[in-house]
Amino acid sequence: MNLRKPTGGAIDRNTLLRFTFNGRALTGHPGDTLASALLANGVHEVGSSVKLGRPRGIVAAGSEDPTSLVQIEAPFPEPMLLATTVELYDGLEARGLAGQGRLASLPDPARYDAKHEHCDVLVVGAGPAGLVAALTAARSGARVVLVDEQNQAGGALLGVEEYLDDRPSAEWVADIVAELRSTPGVLVLERTTAFGMYQDGFVLALQKRTDHLGFAAPASVARQRVWRIRTKQTVLATGAHERPVVFADNDRPGIMLASAARTFLHRYGVLPGSRAVVFTTNDSAYCAAIDLAESGVDVPLIVDARPEAPARLATECAARGIEVRAGHVVTGTEGAGRVTDAHVAPLGDIKGRGVAGHPDTVVCDTVLVSGGWNPVVNLFSQARGKLRYDAVLGSFVQGEELSSVRVAGSATGELDLTSCVRQGREAGEAAAIATGFTPGGQVPLPVSDSRCTQRSGLVLWRVPGAEDASFVDLQRDSTVADVLRATGAGLRSLEHIKRYTTIGTAHDQGKTSGMIAAGIVAEALGVELADQRPTTFRPPYTSVSFAALAGRDRGELHDPVRVTAIHPWHVAHGALFEDVGQWKRPWYYPRPGEDLHAAVLRECRATRESVGLMDGSTLGKIDVQGSDAGKFLDMLYTNMMSTLKVGRIRYGVMCGVDGMVIDDGTVIRVGEERYLVTTTTGNAAKILDWMEEWLQTEWPHLDVHCTSVTEHWATIPLVGPKSRDVLAAVAPGLNVSNEAFEFMTWRDTVVAGIPARVCRISFSGELAYEINVTAWHGLAVWEALMAAGEQYGITPYGTETMHVLRAEKGYPIIGQETDATVTPQDLGMSWAVSKKKPDFIGKRSFARAENNRTDRKQLVGLLPVDPTVLLPEGSQIVETDRLPEPPVRMLGHVTSSYPSAALGRTFALALVRSGHERIGETLYVPVDDSLVPVTVTDSVLYDKEGARRDG
Amino acid sequence: MTADPTSPLAAWTDRLAALAPALTVAERPFRAQLTVRVSDPSAIEAMGSALGVAFPPVPCTFTSGSGPFGDLEVLWLGPDEFLVVASPGLQVPIEDALRAARGSARGSVVDTSAQRTTVVLEGAHVRDVLAHGCSVDLHPSSAPVGTCVQTLLARTGIILQVTGEDRFAVLVRSSFAGYLAAWLSDACMEYRT
Amino acid sequence: MQLIPCPWCGPREEAEFHYGGQAHVAYPEDPSALTDEEWAQYVFFRENPSGPFAERWSHSAGCRRWFNAVRDTRTHDLLAVYRVGEPMPELGEKDQVAS
Repeated sequence: MNLRKPTGGAIDRNTLLRFTFNGRALTGHPGDTLASALLANGVHEVGSSVKLGRPRGIVAAGSEDPTSLVQIEAPFPEPMLLATTVELYDGLEARGLAGQGRLASLPDPARYDAKHEHCDVLVVGAGPAGLVAALTAARSGARVVLVDEQNQAGGALLGVEEYLDDRPSAEWVADIVAELRSTPGVLVLERTTAFGMYQDGFVLALQKRTDHLGFAAPASVARQRVWRIRTKQTVLATGAHERPVVFADNDRPGIMLASAARTFLHRYGVLPGSRAVVFTTNDSAYCAAIDLAESGVDVPLIVDARPEAPARLATECAARGIEVRAGHVVTGTEGAGRVTDAHVAPLGDIKGRGVAGHPDTVVCDTVLVSGGWNPVVNLFSQARGKLRYDAVLGSFVQGEELSSVRVAGSATGELDLTSCVRQGREAGEAAAIATGFTPGGQVPLPVSDSRCTQRSGLVLWRVPGAEDASFVDLQRDSTVADVLRATGAGLRSLEHIKRYTTIGTAHDQGKTSGMIAAGIVAEALGVELADQRPTTFRPPYTSVSFAALAGRDRGELHDPVRVTAIHPWHVAHGALFEDVGQWKRPWYYPRPGEDLHAAVLRECRATRESVGLMDGSTLGKIDVQGSDAGKFLDMLYTNMMSTLKVGRIRYGVMCGVDGMVIDDGTVIRVGEERYLVTTTTGNAAKILDWMEEWLQTEWPHLDVHCTSVTEHWATIPLVGPKSRDVLAAVAPGLNVSNEAFEFMTWRDTVVAGIPARVCRISFSGELAYEINVTAWHGLAVWEALMAAGEQYGITPYGTETMHVLRAEKGYPIIGQETDATVTPQDLGMSWAVSKKKPDFIGKRSFARAENNRTDRKQLVGLLPVDPTVLLPEGSQIVETDRLPEPPVRMLGHVTSSYPSAALGRTFALALVRSGHERIGETLYVPVDDSLVPVTVTDSVLYDKEGARRDG
Repeated sequence: MTADPTSPLAAWTDRLAALAPALTVAERPFRAQLTVRVSDPSAIEAMGSALGVAFPPVPCTFTSGSGPFGDLEVLWLGPDEFLVVASPGLQVPIEDALRAARGSARGSVVDTSAQRTTVVLEGAHVRDVLAHGCSVDLHPSSAPVGTCVQTLLARTGIILQVTGEDRFAVLVRSSFAGYLAAWLSDACMEYRT
Repeated sequence: MQLIPCPWCGPREEAEFHYGGQAHVAYPEDPSALTDEEWAQYVFFRENPSGPFAERWSHSAGCRRWFNAVRDTRTHDLLAVYRVGEPMPELGEKDQVAS
């Protein structure tokens, strides 16, 4: 069946597009949507309903359509698109859906991106009101963005055949668009849906840039773009959606909105069927009936629910052989798939207590319905504008003026074109003035030849009848019976009823069903809609794919990878990497055939027995300067820093005001009024912020300034008994003897020809140096150290070996041994807590009763009785060798666990209740199905005397 | 033995150059950079005099000029924070000069030359490319030449200077430079044809 | 994405800022003189009003300055921003701090 008219519509009939639907090969033309092409082929039945499996067709012509869900199979699988919004292209393969689609199992090869845009005036909707608003604002010199979801401007004009000022409306539209496009500072975006409106003039809009090109879409062009628009003023010219009337069996394919049929006719040159019954409560459907009749569709009957038909339109209908039956309604339909008959009866009582008379049956293949118009207030509501119920329109409308959001055109409920464009002009002028511009040449208001002079219709939500077959939400299979079940169960709030019935929760978010549901609820409860709060309109207005929201933030751009200056060397030497915050840190450097444990045992042994080095550049480094620097650091650290002598280094612990450890590191005194403090890798930014917060908000009187130098310096710990020899080889000007260069001191010198600061500190218990040079020279100095250490078998090691070496010495890692509930005392670091200082951050909390409980969790070592058993990190610790009935008292957990080359066995660190008192006890760790006995020990397991520190 | 320095984007030189003509992108490595914290007006004036370039009095701007240390720029980073940027190798003499000019006024001067690297962007599409990741309005009416803002570009913090009609400088932390370069290369994609 | 007007840099996207909790909670003059309960009030207890609330914010991705803002917790509207050390500005009648 070919229902394509020989002429008319914005269709290129000379070009054939081949596509398949449900496996059937069909054709259409450029300008078609998938829906219009299906209708042209006589296909009304698109899919089936999600719960009941009833056939579903095409109800609307645009994004408000509740039913025409399809799955695109080619070019790339994409679920849950509306046939009414898919532009047809050659080779398209699609399938109808039963309410649910299927995501592709392959990664989407298309590109998606985002772009920020700033403007004075944003106009949403390029219908008559929006076009005039945009042009008015543009002529004032304002920066204007005009977005519209269609592939061409025109809005409602695209679906009618009207003349404006004696010209086809398309010419009027084209002139305005041309002027907009040629005005500097104006951006016109078609195929762009403003889907979310947020605070401070922030609007998100999705532009479908190459979807319509199908297989021809260039790979380098982003398929979809999220525009992040920041505007000072917004004009919402978002139009209105026609709503249906609910009646029994109103869900059959072939039943569609009257305006949709008109759009398919005028925009796509497609007839919706051969014989159409029109059911309306207002004037606008008469135009559809007349247009269709003039195009050759048999329109035997207009069923008008109002007691009286509009006289002039009824006369025009009579002249075309269309019978008008006022005071009547459609009470039901027949049809196995598509509708075949409509039942028509007089509406006895518009309050809905019953339908009088016996239904008359009219044969038809199309039923066109109009229950009035709902202004699209979604974005206005998202902008937190209050809505108000308009009893004449039977819909929610703008209920207050907002200072930066204006509404114009049929989005206000206005239906007359001249009034709509006048509103557009006024809104455009007001928006321009509000942003400091003076309106320029006034845009003339066109006069329409439309035959439909609008007058208020009758508000009718539903025709009484079989409630369980009267569909409110066609996508959710939710009926009048479901609504009445909800109100019968005592639900009164529309929000609750929405969730109970699921009405308005499908892809269309209730664009055509929500208002009707509210009306039926109000009737059922006997309350005024004016007193009901509408359900909240939430973004997105139409569906947005996650791929579009992700944009370019995927793959290597998903999260910045931070690397050190020495990173290329690590990559070249086969390091595996560990993520520490955003940093990539070498984890270990496996040799061929080595796994983690083998590599780490080798790296540990080499370092303890000869010399190793690692990249410590990620450590946070903060320069602290000022005459009060010592005083400031005394407040931040638990121990005393002001007494540190220039040239010396001290380890320090920082707590929050609650007395819990937040960070640790070394403090080196660079000069009388200058310190350099280091932080853990993950906390560098946090600690600088912490310092600035205290300085700026509490102690602005202190003469102290903090500056991050984390990335200025490359930092290389050189560790092991041979480290002194290696350093001596590359720093000939430095006296490296133990006496001349003591532990916990630093020297400025030259290393490998580069000015360097060398600190004698150790995180392993071994003789060790930390070499700092500017990041520019980090790689060269690293290579020089590797060359100088070659004779000693110098071994690069990663974070895993660092962890083992420090754990053998019982040094905690903040964030691994601690979790914001651990005090320095819990860590066995009372030695690092000053008793002399009158105050420091956290001190007062140490005196709290909670901090002095004897059963606090404390850091201890654990030695599995079987020295080959490796405890999983995170394991719980229990007291008995047999698990009692639950609840089982947990004593703590394993924080770190490693095999140790130096100890020749496995070991662990753990936080254990009253741990310090339990040293020597045997406790148990559940591992898989067994309880592993472990001996509690001091946390320092290697070189307790510290004999190795000086080499 | 004197080892050659390596800049954060050394490995990106060719790939960035290949973005032309969509965008001319090049790293300006090894520039001398000093972070100055000072709020005393006379010290600010004295430091400006020592450099021959007055410190920017207006937030979110930078000044530039020539003086005893050649061409240099002073960037506003905060109400008492500035970044002095000069040619490579001058960090030590400039630090000394700034300290001397500050005198006894409160403040600090820190050599942060290797903390950030500079990427210069130029071309008709420069605002388009940046708008893919920068939420600040870069229209000339909002961000004229002389503007200097600290903000986010995609997922990294940057200092952004408007240095010419279609020319910008981006200062990025060294560890984020590779991410920035990858992001820029990607963002230029549509403008390369 | 809300805009927050930094007192130095002007309006910027919320993502550039870091939240610092209730403003005007001063560090006690002498913590050791406080009872456990008084100290706990300082450490753990903060207001949670429905309505205007004075908060600290930091323009962490910008000028790194801390400042104060009065935010209506019901709407997220920022009613005023002011620099550290400045007193809280007078609010209009409708924006009075809810009690």
